[in-house]
Amino acid sequence: MSENKSNWPLWEVFVRSRQGLGHKHVGSLHASDAEMAIGNARDVYTRRQEGVSIWVVPAESITASSPSDSEALFDPANDKVYRHPTFFVLPDEVNHM
Amino acid sequence: MIETQQHLREEFDAYVAADKKIEPKDWMPDAYRKTLIRQISQHAHSEIVGMLPEGKWITRAPSLQRKAILLAKVQDEAGHGLYLYSAAETLGVDRADLVDDLLSGKAKYSSIFNYPSLTWADIGAIGWLVDGAAIMNQVPLCRCSYGPYARAMTRVCKEESFHQRQGYSIMMQLMKGTDAQKEMAQDALNRWWWPSLMMFGPSDSESMHSSQNMKWNIKRFSNDELRQRMVDMTVPQAECIGLKMPDPDLKWNEEKGGHDFGEIDWTEFYDVIAGNGICNKERLEDRNKAHDDGEWVRDAAVAYSEKRNANT
Repeated sequence: MSENKSNWPLWEVFVRSRQGLGHKHVGSLHASDAEMAIGNARDVYTRRQEGVSIWVVPAESITASSPSDSEALFDPANDKVYRHPTFFVLPDEVNHM
Repeated sequence: MIETQQHLREEFDAYVAADKKIEPKDWMPDAYRKTLIRQISQHAHSEIVGMLPEGKWITRAPSLQRKAILLAKVQDEAGHGLYLYSAAETLGVDRADLVDDLLSGKAKYSSIFNYPSLTWADIGAIGWLVDGAAIMNQVPLCRCSYGPYARAMTRVCKEESFHQRQGYSIMMQLMKGTDAQKEMAQDALNRWWWPSLMMFGPSDSESMHSSQNMKWNIKRFSNDELRQRMVDMTVPQAECIGLKMPDPDLKWNEEKGGHDFGEIDWTEFYDVIAGNGICNKERLEDRNKAHDDGEWVRDAAVAYSEKRNANT
């Protein structure tokens, strides 16, 4: 077994499945640099025409919100139902608005 | 502090019981994390070691088309290993450490890959039966409570059905061939059938991890339930192409709406797990050799990236 293992950094992979759609997170992989990460992402995540474009991002560059902050971040939206159009009841005569 | 842990634990149990998904940064009990790391990494190792018995036949495939298909199948297995290592890493482990555990023999992988692939018909039997059993095990995992594992399994399952069909198609073709080819197909079924049934793990009464994993929605069906489904699915498929199931006790049971089948040789099962299968030693040696032979490539890639970064 190798003692001084050279550990390639971790990259998060995002794939655009077709033109007109956004890139979507599909998983991660290890690669020594960005170019190799694109090549590996092609082999690992698009063997069956799952994509037309790939983003790779060093995993350590991603800042994620913490589950413990989710109340503070997302709960305020709960009591603002008037943001949704269905909050406003229209007279039957008005079909579309 | 203990009270908080207790509270978190109760919240977690209720959340999982409601069939909701756990994501990497969510709080989870240590035992849940440990059991997932163990299961996902063993699963990943199985995909990687699983490349070996089939890889041996790539250069000996009987036609260019079969060769291209087998190559694509084995490449898929590598991909499956990588999806799974990626899912395991979301739990805070390092892939290099998981791989080290495989190479040192500390980590387990599916025992089925410790059987040899002797003839071309074995490639048919492996795809049909081994991948068939794997699908049976994996489909319920697409709904497992841990998000990254469930998503990886969804990708894997989509790809596995090609594997199973290509195996069955090899068997079909052989069964349309000469007597020698038919014998070869039957011999492969005879050797792979029982080990394939063992893939579902020990009988429910003996299974170590089952009940807790059921509660955590990591496991959805018991080993014996899935094994029964495998038998019921395979029998008509074998019959259809003229293969005979190698089990004298096999018969349809109208009352239970399934087949009764013979007793599995559990001594053999535990013996192979303990390291005494025909190929245990060879598989680990091959993996270690591939890893060691690839070391200069990994080092060179890092050196190249460092050099390029220094120049920019």
